[in-house]
Amino acid sequence: MTAHFKPESISLDQLKIGARASIASIDWDALEESEACRLKHFGFDEGVVVEPLHLGPFGRDPLAIRVGRMTVAIRRSHARAVRVNIPA
Amino acid sequence: MTPLPLVAVAGSPNAGKSALFNALTGARQKVGNYPGVTVERHSGRLTLADGRPVELVDLPGAYSLDPASPDEAVTRDVLLGKQKGERAPDALVIVVDASNLDNHLRFALQLIELGLPTIVALNMVDLAKRDGLQLDPKRLEAELGVPVIETVAVRKRGISDLQAALDDMISAPRCGVHEHAPSDLIPLQRRARDIAKAAVVSESPVRRWTHRLDGVLLHPIVGPAILAAVLFVMFQAVFAWSEVPVSWIESGIALIAQGAADVLPHGLLRSLIVDGVIGGVGAVVVFLPQILILFFFILLLEASGYMVRAAFLMDKLMHGAGLSGRAFIPLLSSFACAVPGIMATRTIDNPKDRLTTILVAPLMTCSARLPVYTLIIAAFIPDRTVGLGVGLQGLVMFGLYVTGVGGALLAALTLRRTVTKGGGGAFMMELPKYQMPQLKDVVIGLYQRALIFLKRAGTIILGTTILLWALASFPQAKPGENQIEASIAGKISSGIEVLVKPIGFNRDISLALLPAMAAREVAVSAIGTVHSIDAGDDQSANVALEDRLRGRWSLATALAFLAWFVFAPQCISTIAVTRRETNGWKWPAFMVGYLFALAYIAAGATYWTAVALGL
Repeated sequence: MTAHFKPESISLDQLKIGARASIASIDWDALEESEACRLKHFGFDEGVVVEPLHLGPFGRDPLAIRVGRMTVAIRRSHARAVRVNIPA
Repeated sequence: MTPLPLVAVAGSPNAGKSALFNALTGARQKVGNYPGVTVERHSGRLTLADGRPVELVDLPGAYSLDPASPDEAVTRDVLLGKQKGERAPDALVIVVDASNLDNHLRFALQLIELGLPTIVALNMVDLAKRDGLQLDPKRLEAELGVPVIETVAVRKRGISDLQAALDDMISAPRCGVHEHAPSDLIPLQRRARDIAKAAVVSESPVRRWTHRLDGVLLHPIVGPAILAAVLFVMFQAVFAWSEVPVSWIESGIALIAQGAADVLPHGLLRSLIVDGVIGGVGAVVVFLPQILILFFFILLLEASGYMVRAAFLMDKLMHGAGLSGRAFIPLLSSFACAVPGIMATRTIDNPKDRLTTILVAPLMTCSARLPVYTLIIAAFIPDRTVGLGVGLQGLVMFGLYVTGVGGALLAALTLRRTVTKGGGGAFMMELPKYQMPQLKDVVIGLYQRALIFLKRAGTIILGTTILLWALASFPQAKPGENQIEASIAGKISSGIEVLVKPIGFNRDISLALLPAMAAREVAVSAIGTVHSIDAGDDQSANVALEDRLRGRWSLATALAFLAWFVFAPQCISTIAVTRRETNGWKWPAFMVGYLFALAYIAAGATYWTAVALGL
């Protein structure tokens, strides 16, 4: 995790349900190639607004996240690779 | 004869592509496999206004030309004219979800760059409107530089416009396909977002009911409860609804067998047709109602969008076993029958996850095991309670189910660390909008599943049952000799007997194991046959099979037999469908090997433990 650690950013898995935040950075190297590819397919990109909607019933994993106009499910471990700006 | 012009229908997952394809081609579809991969090829015919036929091919849903799954790789290869067994498409219909343009336009942009004659179907415009989204198709057309047609595939709206546009396009002179250079997805995505923004006329914020439904269905407590209820209904239906059609099929098979027996002269041919072909294939086809009912539910869950929610709810638990949430429904279906379960693993993106799921699916206690379990439990387990109203017989039955599930979890964990290691095992899925399943799409899906199963029954399964018949019929027994004992099957069984003696199996069981390869429940009739022949006179043949077994088998042997059936892959349909789904004999061979090994160890351990306990 060598990505630019701005103090005002947190990782996506720490964002509260219903809180909207824009993506600050994504540590693509922390993901396997096909996983990184899929996140791009889902539209993950710096500046895009994301919002956690639901959590899995067991161990609060996986996460359902609204990105753009779609909702996607990813595991907490992958959400950690995404840093978001703390919502104002 | 020159081949028909080929029109490829492409689009991102959940764009309503298959519904559009069904609306264009109707039920006249062909389902096959692309050579060398386990990706289905759906194609159909469409007649243009001037009477010219074209072939339409429904490509697997893909997010981009840069594949993250085997399905997406096929889509890319077909579009670039590099897929074995497919000619390069002459034209392209790109399906995009009107309410998810930001995302779907990325793939559309990539496809338009290929330079093929292209039409964009702006699908599900009704749902976009419901979500308060007003779009300008003319603006979109100007931005993309290709015709844009508004469609609502499930209501057949815009289909004739689409056909007319196809007509114009195929008549127009075409130029060659551009090479696709691996593109950077991010800039493409940004352009897609800009175009989508430009095409939006107005957007009024409405609370989407998909979001509201998810609030309930994905609720940490209510969600799993509803899932359990859905599954309960599904299983009730599989067993309750199948009863009547199964009895029809059984009496139908009996009628055909009787008819054949009446017209054919006594002898080998009659035996081949009646016992071999009709009896053997009949034993397998009896499972068709259960398979279809199960598929009916799977298709409904899939089409409504609930299937991925079930995967979402179960992912954490499945992850513990090294699998993904996507494996949950296929494995659960395998409790009725492993055949639809294994066929349903196609929804698992990750190849390693999918293979692991296929390999452990036969460990789920399928309905064909029930007759075997019921017979042995009724014969050997006393019908008494162990307190609190819990019956011992039921407890043993429950134990057999639990052993199967436990075995599957351990097998999955072990496989994931050894033969199916690696591959990330990621769980990344889109949660699509909820939709009302369309009867037509479900019926087409069911028809295709039934055809696949019956084709298997007609080829591999027929071949195997004829082989089993031949083994049991040659050489012919001399008068006074038992046919089974005299046959090659009898000789093989003697060999099997040597192998299974250490795990407590007797001659009855050795003789039943070979015919039970057709389907597990055949073991019951095979044991019955051996006994009725052995019994000789009619008097003792009338004694219930359970009572006769009790006299001939020890309890330790009976328990070992039960343990065997928890693991043993005694089902050619499962083996045949595994071959189809893994595209070769390597994995079915591995599956059969490891399951027989487990069965042997489990039966042996049970037998010797029981003997040591003095049972």
